[in-house]
Amino acid sequence: MITIFDIILRLACWLLVAPLLPGIINKVKAWVAGRRGPPVLQLYYDLARLWKKSVVMSTLASPAFVILPAVAWVALLGAAMLVPLGPAGAGLSFRGDVLLMLYLLALGRFCTAWAAMETGSAFEGMGAVREVSYAVLTEAAMVAAVLSLSVQTGSISLATMLAPPAGAGAILLAAGLFIVLLAENCRVPFDDPNTHLELTMIHEVMVLDHSGPPLAVILHGAAMKLLLFAVLLAQAVLPMGRFGPFASAAVLVAGVLAVTAGVGVVESLLARFAFRRVPLLLTTAFLLCLFALLVAWKGGMS
Amino acid sequence: MNSNLNLLIGLAMGLNLLALGTGRLPALIRAMSAQGVILGVMPVIMEHELDWRVALVALATMVGKGLIIPALLRRATRAVSIDRELEPIIGFVPSLLLGAAGAIAALALTQVLPLMPEHAGSLLVPGALATVFTGFILLIGRTKAISQVCGYLILENGIYLFGLLLIKAMPLLVEAGVLLDLTVGVFIIGIIVDRIQRAFDSLDTRKLTALRE
Repeated sequence: MITIFDIILRLACWLLVAPLLPGIINKVKAWVAGRRGPPVLQLYYDLARLWKKSVVMSTLASPAFVILPAVAWVALLGAAMLVPLGPAGAGLSFRGDVLLMLYLLALGRFCTAWAAMETGSAFEGMGAVREVSYAVLTEAAMVAAVLSLSVQTGSISLATMLAPPAGAGAILLAAGLFIVLLAENCRVPFDDPNTHLELTMIHEVMVLDHSGPPLAVILHGAAMKLLLFAVLLAQAVLPMGRFGPFASAAVLVAGVLAVTAGVGVVESLLARFAFRRVPLLLTTAFLLCLFALLVAWKGGMS
Repeated sequence: MNSNLNLLIGLAMGLNLLALGTGRLPALIRAMSAQGVILGVMPVIMEHELDWRVALVALATMVGKGLIIPALLRRATRAVSIDRELEPIIGFVPSLLLGAAGAIAALALTQVLPLMPEHAGSLLVPGALATVFTGFILLIGRTKAISQVCGYLILENGIYLFGLLLIKAMPLLVEAGVLLDLTVGVFIIGIIVDRIQRAFDSLDTRKLTALRE
């Protein structure tokens, strides 16, 4: 009975908090630019509006066009359940759960890309190609980051991996994971979430032909992915195991807010990079995580 | 003390990667001079009691590598008004990966080398090897004469880092002489770059192999 209650509470937390983050980012961007900006709860209104609308389907598209966004959303929610939330721990925790999380994230991406290609439009196929080719580089960085954490703690379960501080390599790891966060969530140096007309966008291209509830599910999934990465980044860098339960929860919330505000500031100060410079930045992220791995390894030996 | 030194060497190794990844000549010059300044600070940290001669050489290194040489290079860049985009033979991503692989290989190699016990925990040897390797990549992989000079200077930084191992045995006069040679060398290169630009209308060193009347 307790566990069911716990899981429902956890689901509610992930589902309800997630759409807050894009709102905060937009608010920070508006504040830096001196505008008033949309309300923080804007994404909730958008989701409610989209949920009431009907689905427009291309004659080419198979039912997978509607099913796949749902599959991607469930995969992301599953990955979120594996991530420990500070003192509350993870909804589900076992040896090697970090691998399952990585693969669930990959499954979510695969489903979004497939759904984009269902429309038969070359434009969306191009967006899917970009998304997947960036993912190759970000996944290398993610794997290096996970390895560095697991080498340091000698464990491959997320709950124990994220509890102690990341040690000397924390700054390297933080920088690397932050770049990964920006790339995975299609934020500014890689992609501009505000554009809908340019040929250079990535994520927005893929979801251009979706409408109604599937689009709402995709948007909510993207927000959840952002929250997941922010929680991971905050816990990987901050020494979560050292505080008491309440302090730890407060630190986690503050960390996530700081990451979100950081994304907003980066978006206000940077322009999107030219395409040929993106692999360079992602390689830098990979190298940062690799050197964090090296620091963890050297520190473990001496 | 040792951890401070390792932090500085780590910074210098990070600047290596910055120098490999950047596409702009001013950024390359800046990375190179910052590395020179960091290296100049090191003898002061390594010595237990501060000798005025050590302080003088450290100051000379910082001024020479951090101010004079970059100023000479910038003047040469302005004089020939070259475009600032570097044209690499080895692309930026491959050279970054090569540089990182070199740094990791240097760390692994240091585990095997029979070092003095007081140098075993320090990053001096891997840092020196990685910096020399970075200098080689820049020398081979860039076509503009000025970026090759930067590669040469980073190579020299690596050799200087290696020389710090022998700081007790090697008189600092040698280091001061090397610094003087280096400054004069860069000064002369500034003139040569101007001549290359006049003779070939470009600083691409690949064109130097073509004979002209």
